[in-house]
Amino acid sequence: MEILWRKGLGDDMKKHKPYKKKFYSAIKTNPSRFEWSQLPFLAIVMPIVLFMLMPLVYIFNHAFKPFDELIEYPPRFFVRRPTLDNFEELFRTATTTGIPVSRYLFNSIVITLIVVLLSIFLATITGFALSKLKFHIKGVIMQINTLAMMFVGTAVVIPRYIIVERLGLIDNFMVHILPMIAIPVGLFLVKQFIDQIPNELIEAAKIDGASSFMIYWKIVLPLIKPAIATIAILTFQGVWNNADISATYINTDALKTFAYYMSTLASSSNVVAGQGMNAVATLIMFIPNLVIFIFLQNKVMNTMVHSGIK
Amino acid sequence: MRKLWQSLKSKFKTMIDKEKKQFKQDDKAAYIFSLPYIILFMIFIAVPVFLAIILSLTLFDMVRQPQFIAANNYIYLLTSDEEFMRYILPNTIRFALIVGPGGYVLSFVMAWALAQLPHKLRTVLAIILYSPSLTAGITMTVVWRVFFAGDESGYLNFTLLELGLIVEPIAYLQSPDFLFTIMIIVALWSSMGVGFLAMLAGILNVSNELYEAAYIDGLKNRFQEVIHITIPAMKPQMLFGAVMSIVATFSAGALGVQLSGSNPTPNYSGSLIVNHIEDYGFIRYDMGYAAALSLVLLLIIFFFSKLSWKFFGEKD
Repeated sequence: MEILWRKGLGDDMKKHKPYKKKFYSAIKTNPSRFEWSQLPFLAIVMPIVLFMLMPLVYIFNHAFKPFDELIEYPPRFFVRRPTLDNFEELFRTATTTGIPVSRYLFNSIVITLIVVLLSIFLATITGFALSKLKFHIKGVIMQINTLAMMFVGTAVVIPRYIIVERLGLIDNFMVHILPMIAIPVGLFLVKQFIDQIPNELIEAAKIDGASSFMIYWKIVLPLIKPAIATIAILTFQGVWNNADISATYINTDALKTFAYYMSTLASSSNVVAGQGMNAVATLIMFIPNLVIFIFLQNKVMNTMVHSGIK
Repeated sequence: MRKLWQSLKSKFKTMIDKEKKQFKQDDKAAYIFSLPYIILFMIFIAVPVFLAIILSLTLFDMVRQPQFIAANNYIYLLTSDEEFMRYILPNTIRFALIVGPGGYVLSFVMAWALAQLPHKLRTVLAIILYSPSLTAGITMTVVWRVFFAGDESGYLNFTLLELGLIVEPIAYLQSPDFLFTIMIIVALWSSMGVGFLAMLAGILNVSNELYEAAYIDGLKNRFQEVIHITIPAMKPQMLFGAVMSIVATFSAGALGVQLSGSNPTPNYSGSLIVNHIEDYGFIRYDMGYAAALSLVLLLIIFFFSKLSWKFFGEKD
């Protein structure tokens, strides 16, 4: 970073040295419009942006390639005659057990919807209790929760498996849902966000005779929409992309998810013909993530201001 | 002895009384509201960790009853598990040290540079930078497998062949020499997640007056500005970003297996602790040993998190 600075920005600085005041008033973060002086920053960002973008552009192109372009040698990056063949093929192809791809997609959508709604409800109502209600162990709970943010689920696959087995959840649709609802990061972000709501607001409602639930429902929920959007996204990513649960706990093919189907495609077919289907499946996995994030990114940024761990 | 017992008893009693009194003052709704979360948290997060501790002291194959063998699993881990000491542990540490701080610094630099750009441009670029992490890295392995494919139709092979840099195609993903590097590239590619967003929001939230005041006080350049103003002002977000980046790094264990298509990876070159856990747990059915490995992993994560706490935690 220092090197970049010396190269690009140092010269600029020397020029302005006599006019120190002018210089520092010109370095505002979050400028309102584009100026040429911002070019060095763009130069730092653009190479990484292009690198990040490359695989995404590739997937878009590959998904629409007709068969002859997929097997073409030399390989081409961009599609020339886009078709929907690969989409058709993906949905026509049933797995070896005769389950159509649409079934996996249906499972994924249902699971994702339920988990997102439930996790929003639990994170917000728990966050409300921990932030605004009189509750003498809330400090301890928050500390444990913050510690649990470091928790890596894959580290405890074995004990988790045993617990799921003892609860009789193996091969049960609920196993897609129950383990995914409580997300420490989600609760943390919501609680931080609710902390910003002035206590007077809650007190005033209490004096008017509102019950705790009414306060949560009528006052807190409408005020924390950005935080809700953020957990919605976090949960969505966790659930929609999750192939592990299907792989570990589910034996019946009809109960598995699209992400799982995707991962089997990815690891089995090295045949060129499968590549088009693979790309389409990846695209179907990716697009909902992207669209939701684009719509909600403003709210997410708003929440992230309060994300700090103190 | 008796006296000690008495004093303990009375201490315990006053503690219970205090709890009771505090409980009476508590809003009962708070208990009802947080109970579902706490139950699910217990079942799927807290209990598995405790169970891992107990299991790690046993010999257990999922069929017979677990047999208590004290610290034998750990002794085996330290003395006899050759793969672990020779490949898995060094791989994991190396991977963590490169991808963790690498992704973290990258996220910060990107966030910092983006903060100097106007809103619309910044938003578009931020979405692009964040989007790889949306795929959680794994689903996108399809793409990387084509990029690094072993025959001449793979993009990298094709380009290098055309340029005359190599004579025949290289099977990157099956090669112990390349797999690890590719894993790092892919992991860095998807490393700019929630932590990146938090840092961007944090930098944008530092007030411009703070900078102006600092320049009047003799701040000389932008590097000083970052060190003395920006980072101290957004320490909490830096810590959040660090924790997120540590977690993401250690969760990315499936990468090597996904890329190469086999567990263990060729010559263990891309195997991390997470793969080793699955290897022992679900392939060899040695649950006790797998649990011991899990605990080692959790300890490593905990250690790194504490370290970032030292850097960015509020001192009071």
